[in-house]
Amino acid sequence: MSVISTQGIRKVILASSVGTLIEWYDFYIFGSLATVIASQFFPKTNPTAALLSTLATFAAGFIVRPFGALVFGRLGDLIGRKYTFLLTLIIMGGSTFAIGLVPGYDKVGFAAPIIVLLLRLLQGLALGGEYGGAATYVAEHSPANRRGYFTSWIQTTATLGLFLSLGVILITRHSLDADRTLSIAKFNDWGWRIPFLVSILLVGISVYIRLKMKESPLFTKIKSEGKISKNPLKESFVHKPNLKMVLLALFGATMGQGVVWYTGQFYAQSFIENTCKVDFEQSRTILIWAILFATPFFVVFGGWSDKVGRKWIMLAGMLLAVISYRPLFGKLISISDTKNKTELTDKKEIKTTRKVLSNGNDTLRSVAVKTYYDDGMAVTETKTDTIYAQGNKSIKPDIKISKNLGTGDYWKMILIVFAMILYVTMVYGPIAAFLVELFPTRIRYTSMSLPYHIGNGVFGGLTPFIATLLTTIYTNDKLVGLFYPIIVATICLVIGLLYVNNRIDPDVND
Amino acid sequence: MNAIKKFAGILWILAGPLAIYYLVKTGAAEIAKKPVIDTKIQWGIFIIIFIPIAIGLMIFGYYALQGEYDSLPESSKEI
Repeated sequence: MSVISTQGIRKVILASSVGTLIEWYDFYIFGSLATVIASQFFPKTNPTAALLSTLATFAAGFIVRPFGALVFGRLGDLIGRKYTFLLTLIIMGGSTFAIGLVPGYDKVGFAAPIIVLLLRLLQGLALGGEYGGAATYVAEHSPANRRGYFTSWIQTTATLGLFLSLGVILITRHSLDADRTLSIAKFNDWGWRIPFLVSILLVGISVYIRLKMKESPLFTKIKSEGKISKNPLKESFVHKPNLKMVLLALFGATMGQGVVWYTGQFYAQSFIENTCKVDFEQSRTILIWAILFATPFFVVFGGWSDKVGRKWIMLAGMLLAVISYRPLFGKLISISDTKNKTELTDKKEIKTTRKVLSNGNDTLRSVAVKTYYDDGMAVTETKTDTIYAQGNKSIKPDIKISKNLGTGDYWKMILIVFAMILYVTMVYGPIAAFLVELFPTRIRYTSMSLPYHIGNGVFGGLTPFIATLLTTIYTNDKLVGLFYPIIVATICLVIGLLYVNNRIDPDVND
Repeated sequence: MNAIKKFAGILWILAGPLAIYYLVKTGAAEIAKKPVIDTKIQWGIFIIIFIPIAIGLMIFGYYALQGEYDSLPESSKEI
């Protein structure tokens, strides 16, 4: 097998990365629009629809992804990398486009949530098969001394996919009408479909690029020599010498990498919005800026791992996360806390609105109090309650707090999230090369996909849920949710330290 | 170093059942506290997917105790 030219490898990276980026984009828009989708397809008033909603959220992300890894990993080791990750791309793109076309619950009833659930499951399956294919394909084209660098481009796609999805959603949300409020209302009504429908164009381009690519030279070689595995699943997970490496990959690398990734990119945003009560859009633009500044470091750490080895960079990222998560999240709370700020009392605004409810008697009262602070922060507290015509006392009012940070605090938060995403780049940048080097060509796709998707889909994907769940069980400590990623990353760090070696495999041709 | 790897293997073997016990205990308590379908599904899924992983950790610990990780393969021929 010969390594291809620099121009050739650029084409390989482009073909693989664009497709993977689009798959991540497709996967994330569903998550980012979960609230809007729930109101369209999964009405809370109907318990069965709500049940389907929970299944769509959990099943697709956490159960189906590892199954996708098994199904498509096996295919990739049997028929080849190229056609398998072309198939995952088409399934993902088709499902995403179709979600954008499904009529709402109000039009077709139960068929709507069931179709959306099935399409979401297909998305999860496709994602489970995509990453291993793309990483393997690029690694098998790369020279040994630059494998970390070239595969790190694949690693940028997950973060850039999130960036793209947030960007497309925010732009669409504001461009449907000149009036901002009307634009958001139109977005919630039908505009949310646009990001889903746009996907088909992106997928079309990516399929065209991928069709032009050739099969991995390593796979072609072993195929021509008749050395393809007859049963990749059995060889990967029953054959002890390989199973022990799969377990090592999971417990000594991907498990910790997954929680660091999801804490930095997802739990941080959710924490800023729900615990710190920062405004919807600011909480997202903070993440967008942090991603923008941190993304080049995937390539920096991936490239560096070619010189110093994968192990120490990944473990350093986990160590930094374990040590600094509590202080960093604590700082996010203190930045958004109004106790340390001086209120500008003369600028206080109170706005009351009343709206007669559809029964013609009762009134919905909304009181918005906007308070300004000396550092530029503005806090809006909106109390909404019902005033009953017959004099019944209102039920407990719904109180919503939204903080708009001043410029200084806004950039401080970006810096903190940037630090957390920097840890992500350390653990995630070199991991594709690390996984590829652990397994032989004939079962590589299958063997690396499963630990990757258990580490990221199960351990990582559950981070926001488990962390939030912990805060509802142990209510006294706002940072209690961090114990989950800290404990998982610590165990992974110890296992990685003891059992993983730092050797860069000079030959992945075997 | 190999002695530490083997000794730590015992910890991983013990961590598996401990994790399962804590998971089932917390899940049962949470479902009892809020017996709605969402809670049942959430915890049901947590338990179903984490039990095989905990078993995997025990197998990993067993291999470590057996000295399987004393030296890692340097070539795919060893796999």
